[in-house]
Amino acid sequence: MANILAFAETRNGELRKVALETVTAARKLADATGGEVHALLVGAPGVAAKADQLAQYGADIVYVSEHDGFAQYNPEATAALAADRVKSGGYRAALFATSALGRDLAPRVAGKLAAGIVTDVTAVELTGDTLTVKHPINIGKVIATVTIAGTPAVVGLRPNTFTPVANAKAGRVENVSPSVDPAATRVRVKETLTGSTGKLDLAEAPVIVAGGRGLKAAENFKLVEDLADAFGNAAVGATRAVTDDGWRPHSDQIGQTGRLVSPELYVAVGISGAVQHLAGMRTSKTIVAINKDKEAPIFKVADYGIVGDVFEVVPALTAAVREARKGH
Amino acid sequence: MKIAVCIKRVPDMDVRFKIASDGASLDETGVKFDINDFDAWAVEAALQLKEKAGQGEVVVVSLGSNAVQETIRKALSMGADRGIHLQADKIPFDGFAIASALAAELKDGGYDLILFGKLSPDSSNGVTGPMTAELLDMACVTAISQLDIADGKGTAKRELEGAQEIVEFSLPAVLTVDEGLNTARYPSLKGIMAAKKKPLESKPAQLGEPKVKVEKLELPPDRAAGKIVGEGAGAVPELIRLLQTEAKVL
Ligand SMILES: Cc1cc2nc3c(=O)[nH]c(=O)nc-3n(C[C@H](O)[C@H](O)[C@H](O)COP(=O)(O)OP(=O)(O)OC[C@H]3O[C@@H](n4cnc5c(N)ncnc54)[C@H](O)[C@@H]3O)c2cc1C
Ligand SMILES: Nc1ncnc2c1ncn2[C@@H]1O[C@H](COP(=O)(O)O)[C@@H](O)[C@H]1O
Repeated sequence: MANILAFAETRNGELRKVALETVTAARKLADATGGEVHALLVGAPGVAAKADQLAQYGADIVYVSEHDGFAQYNPEATAALAADRVKSGGYRAALFATSALGRDLAPRVAGKLAAGIVTDVTAVELTGDTLTVKHPINIGKVIATVTIAGTPAVVGLRPNTFTPVANAKAGRVENVSPSVDPAATRVRVKETLTGSTGKLDLAEAPVIVAGGRGLKAAENFKLVEDLADAFGNAAVGATRAVTDDGWRPHSDQIGQTGRLVSPELYVAVGISGAVQHLAGMRTSKTIVAINKDKEAPIFKVADYGIVGDVFEVVPALTAAVREARKGH
Repeated sequence: MKIAVCIKRVPDMDVRFKIASDGASLDETGVKFDINDFDAWAVEAALQLKEKAGQGEVVVVSLGSNAVQETIRKALSMGADRGIHLQADKIPFDGFAIASALAAELKDGGYDLILFGKLSPDSSNGVTGPMTAELLDMACVTAISQLDIADGKGTAKRELEGAQEIVEFSLPAVLTVDEGLNTARYPSLKGIMAAKKKPLESKPAQLGEPKVKVEKLELPPDRAAGKIVGEGAGAVPELIRLLQTEAKVL
């Protein structure tokens, strides 16, 4: 019997989708050996209200730590709390999301526990005593099967890969106090600047419309935004050529040195398909490319391509998508 | 200001990788290697901080076979002052093993800052910086894209999904560098000549016990060949049909 800890990521007091993905993956691991899933929920007073949702997705117990010092992400106090929870819970594995927050938090926890860690995994399995993960390496060009020895193992899950599955459990709430004073840490998040609210993030959007240098100028990104808007559930991404020129912020950049995404549908608009860009999006389920050069490498990974001028094709596509989605 | 920068020698990613006969490592024949881009930005950040302060020392540290000395020389030719090579047969896959060796070397170095890249493209793991920070019990800020240091304190910006964080921290600190912080300088001819005479110390790495093991490597299946639906706006109706009936995403 192996119990699994799932870190439930929040932002501004709300659970992020990756929190449900983490609990879902933990449930599957725990069920393999008849173990329990314990979730760890950290935030400002009031965050305990979210425990219910974690129970819906399979948490047997939700450890909740509420403190004013957790209103923003508090790396040191959260890592100390998570490491202490892992020690007292004796978990076989502690799961995190490989989000911006999880990328920061998970290795700190592993460092404190002197534990083995693999991040950005696309599969995780517990058979007997062996914890095995699949981890894309070399910018996704090679898939490694990796075993993590010793207990606990720290695992970071690739976002948008473990689909949340409802599987209600008791979700008994246990309150825990911070292990170190969140108000007295060496590293402090002063503020979190959120972009325009209500916009879907690249990590969570089922559809991504990404634009490249083929759009010619910053103001033409309107074409991409309009197409994203027509889909209704799309986020906007960009290539490095675009972020380097300041047409879009670096946080929109998809690729080797930007974001890794794998949406249901990826629409590449005026993007050549350089290897560094492909590294960030090649695992998308369906890829559409619009490019005027029929030799562009993006067509090698695209399921559907249209050879043509973005200024002609994209407005027509936007209108057609609007039409197709009428009534949604 | 005394700054250490941990730099990794990584394979060029613009190739088709071949798996070696053991099935668990890569065939390195014909593969070119260079400093990890994130680490080059970290070296650049250290040089700029030293230049701004008007004094200080930039030490680069790299763990691996003798081949990493070439990577160290590159950082020296950019302007770093000296290099430390931690010898190992090869670069382990395991982040904890590397972090332990780096921490053992850096522990008593009296560094104000220790810089890392946010991620190495070959391991694609992104754990070595914050793990080393924990082993050293130092403040740590990861994936920074802006940095300001004044009066023993620092402020940095981190990119989140659809948001940014402004983070304050005290020195000494470990920082990991994201893209956007700066553009790395190219070594000048003068720099390359000077680097040949800069000190490069080589000593055995005190690797930690590895916790993770690569059992198998595979190449992902190629994406099934796609199709060109057509040319120009006239192809849009057919694309919509395919998205609805074949891909079922609309
Ligand atoms: C270390 C390193 C890391 C990198 N990391 C990243 C990364 O994370 N993400 C990333 O994206 N890139 C990255 N790059 C850059 C990458 O190599 C490419 O330069 C970049 O992706 C190209 O962007 P692009 O496709 O927008 O531009 P281009 O390559 O210039 O392509 C523009 C495309 O638009 C087409 N086009 C032009 N006009 C029209 C029109 N009117 N209608 C239709 N099509 C048109 C052209 O045919 C062309 O194919 C990295 C590079 C390096 C060296
Ligand atoms: N062998 C190494 N020698 C020196 N620094 C390293 C080594 N491996 C990793 N690092 C540092 O750790 C960062 C993150 O690597 P990784 O955890 O492999 O993604 C790199 O960008 C380097 O700064």
